[in-house]
Amino acid sequence: MEIRPILSAMTRNRTGSALVAAQIAITLTVVVNCTFMAVKRLEFIARPSGMDIDNIIVVRSFGFGGDYAHDASIAKDLETLRALPGVRAVTPSWNIPMSGGGSAMGRRASLDEDAPTFNANYYRVDEHAFAALGVKLLEGRNFRPEEIMRSDAENYSQTPPTIIVTKALADRAFPGKSALGEYLYDGLNKGSEIVGIIEHMYGAWVDWDDFDKVVWLPQRPPAPSASYLIRAEPGRRDELMPVVETTLERTNRQRLLRTNSLEEIVANSYEADRATAVLLVTAIVLLLTITCLGIVGLASFTVRQRTKQIGTRRAIGARRIDIIRYFLIENWLMTSIGIALGTGLAIGLNYLLATQFDVQRLDYGYLVGGMLALWILGFAAVANPARRAAKISPAIATRTV
Amino acid sequence: MFLYYLRLAKLSLSKQPMLTALMIAAIGIGIGACMTVTAYLYVLSSDPIPEKSAHLYAVRLDSWGADQPFSRDYPWEAPWQLTQRDSVALLESPIPVRQAAMRRAVYSAIPANDSVAPFFVSARMTGRDFFDMFQVPFLYGGPWSVDADKSALNTVVLSHATNEKLFGGENSVGREARLGSESFVVAGVMDRWQPTILFYDVNNGPMNDVEDVFLPWSIAGRKEIDGAGNTNCFKDELIETYWDMLESECVYNQFWAEIASSQDLEAYQVWLDTYTEGQKELGRFERPTNNRLSTVTEYMEIRGVAGDEAWVIMCIGVLFLIACMVNTIGLILARFVAKSPVIALRRALGASKAQIFRQHLVEVGLVGFAGGILGLGLSYAGLAGLRMILEEAERAARLRPELIAMTIAIAVLSAMLAGLYPTWRICRVSPASFLKTQ
Repeated sequence: MEIRPILSAMTRNRTGSALVAAQIAITLTVVVNCTFMAVKRLEFIARPSGMDIDNIIVVRSFGFGGDYAHDASIAKDLETLRALPGVRAVTPSWNIPMSGGGSAMGRRASLDEDAPTFNANYYRVDEHAFAALGVKLLEGRNFRPEEIMRSDAENYSQTPPTIIVTKALADRAFPGKSALGEYLYDGLNKGSEIVGIIEHMYGAWVDWDDFDKVVWLPQRPPAPSASYLIRAEPGRRDELMPVVETTLERTNRQRLLRTNSLEEIVANSYEADRATAVLLVTAIVLLLTITCLGIVGLASFTVRQRTKQIGTRRAIGARRIDIIRYFLIENWLMTSIGIALGTGLAIGLNYLLATQFDVQRLDYGYLVGGMLALWILGFAAVANPARRAAKISPAIATRTV
Repeated sequence: MFLYYLRLAKLSLSKQPMLTALMIAAIGIGIGACMTVTAYLYVLSSDPIPEKSAHLYAVRLDSWGADQPFSRDYPWEAPWQLTQRDSVALLESPIPVRQAAMRRAVYSAIPANDSVAPFFVSARMTGRDFFDMFQVPFLYGGPWSVDADKSALNTVVLSHATNEKLFGGENSVGREARLGSESFVVAGVMDRWQPTILFYDVNNGPMNDVEDVFLPWSIAGRKEIDGAGNTNCFKDELIETYWDMLESECVYNQFWAEIASSQDLEAYQVWLDTYTEGQKELGRFERPTNNRLSTVTEYMEIRGVAGDEAWVIMCIGVLFLIACMVNTIGLILARFVAKSPVIALRRALGASKAQIFRQHLVEVGLVGFAGGILGLGLSYAGLAGLRMILEEAERAARLRPELIAMTIAIAVLSAMLAGLYPTWRICRVSPASFLKTQ
């Protein structure tokens, strides 16, 4: 019963109402899209890696000088590192998972030259890799110590007799059956037998489609560089990092060392995604604040404009709650019109971003969330001005008539 | 008259400080957010070497396999980089004024002084033309000799910082620098030089620092080096050693040519096409002829230096500004309506509609100006924040001086645009209706 006079008042002050509605509409559009994109980013960053990232130390060693003997140096380093207290496991590796640097290869699942090629990052590791990375062996077996090939071995190649692969690669190359005992072939039809399957781990590039396709080769990294993935006992990583570096420095001076935590390397790989998320969240917070302030400003102004009108209404019998209700309903109507408009706009903007840029299609749950948020925001913004309106004394009506 | 309006505006604005502050804040935050993104994108897409860029071309040949294009997303593009043998062949062309093949590598630098620990250096293997082509400033010496390129001599140009570390900043020309297991004669020391975008190799990180040492590219054909850039391969071929890689169809070299005139450009394109036609007879270049010469900025765009991400954020920034402006329209309207009685009085005393219109446009312009100043401050803060959360934005997230005036202008213009409707409405106030109730 109160809606009709409110509507008629709104149609008389069309511009003011339209502005509030427009503001709500744009805010909804931006907030829904930004929230959606920010959440997608954060989910992207938080994907489970399968590895014990928090406890792994990465040392990159880069040999130089005529006296540098690569395989001997690796053997010595491994012996030294594995003897350190607090070290749980160590594997040498050529590249570092999730670091943004790495090598990939294409392999076929059959000898047929026209069969599809499957891409995967490959890592040259030894039999300690499971323990050092904290990943799980799902099927088959680990590498045997005697399988690990020296970098100067004659048959050293990217296609060793045995390999271990991630389940993601196994399922892709051999759908519907176990990949154990199957072969992956290189371009010259040389094959490697799959002897083990890793439950899950990630490869080199966080934004690569084949990020979860990984192959392990039982080999020492080629000269002159080698990395060590060192898994510390839980919680002892930071105390161990300087120890590892000084110990290795002492073992062999014919090389350069660089020590980082895997956590820091992974954070670096996701830096741009994190920055985008931060920017989006900043935009959301700022815009909601501005919209809120705008509504407060306009509502306060309306209250002041209508002082006399409110006084008159109070004088002829309207209770305080009626005045408050009037403002709340009026605001609710404007907000709702804005939300209706904004819903269309939000879907439109997402469509535009999805077709022009690499943005996913909007999940409509976010739209519902955005609507609720803006309704609440509208109420919160108008609450104080409405309360002030209710305080206007009826006597004011009599003063200036 | 303008100054009088300005005085009136100041007077009227100071009467409702809350509303005025709110308007300035709305414009300021809108402009600040929008300009933060704009300033970043502006740097990412502006020409990093304007004096020279009209003559510089990134050269690419489509050497890829018949089955699939190099890039699934841009199937019409040639590979981003070149094979070793094509790079060697291209250097034979007589048409470019200057030209250089290049790739990235890593070396260890061992100071002569034992008390300084060895350190990693990033290296660019390139030709002597690199330095003149890209106008690299030298502190001591200069590019190495033509002979050094031809005979792959051990010679080096050091960056300013590397010379500081290895030789304490002295003139080291002619002295020997130890890199890896070999010695290199210093041909020159560069002065400080750092393009905002590393335009000559956007494949391997457009925000990277300029390399620490520069060595003749021909060395990579003579002995094993530690390459440190993207490598892409398509062919089923056996690549086990460094030498297999040199012979392979894998691409990892960049190639730049300086072309004097548009006639030369046409001639060069013909030269390239003739070369690849010849290669087709050898069974290479399985795809239709697609040899590309791109300018510096074209190539930056093709390789997405600015990135989709930045454009999405830019869209959001513009919408953000619009939201702030709608907000401002409402606030201006509220102010002006409140002022109606005063305006009615002025009209009654003889002010014309046009004068009222101008007066209030000046008023909103002043609000816009204040908002612009606030926005400028906020964009400085925003860019500083961006540099904090994104390391690669360190050099690019800066407000170029030419954008400062633009920021203020956009603020004033958008405030006036926002004020247009309220101002128009205020002009239509009929003097009589308000004077009655005074």
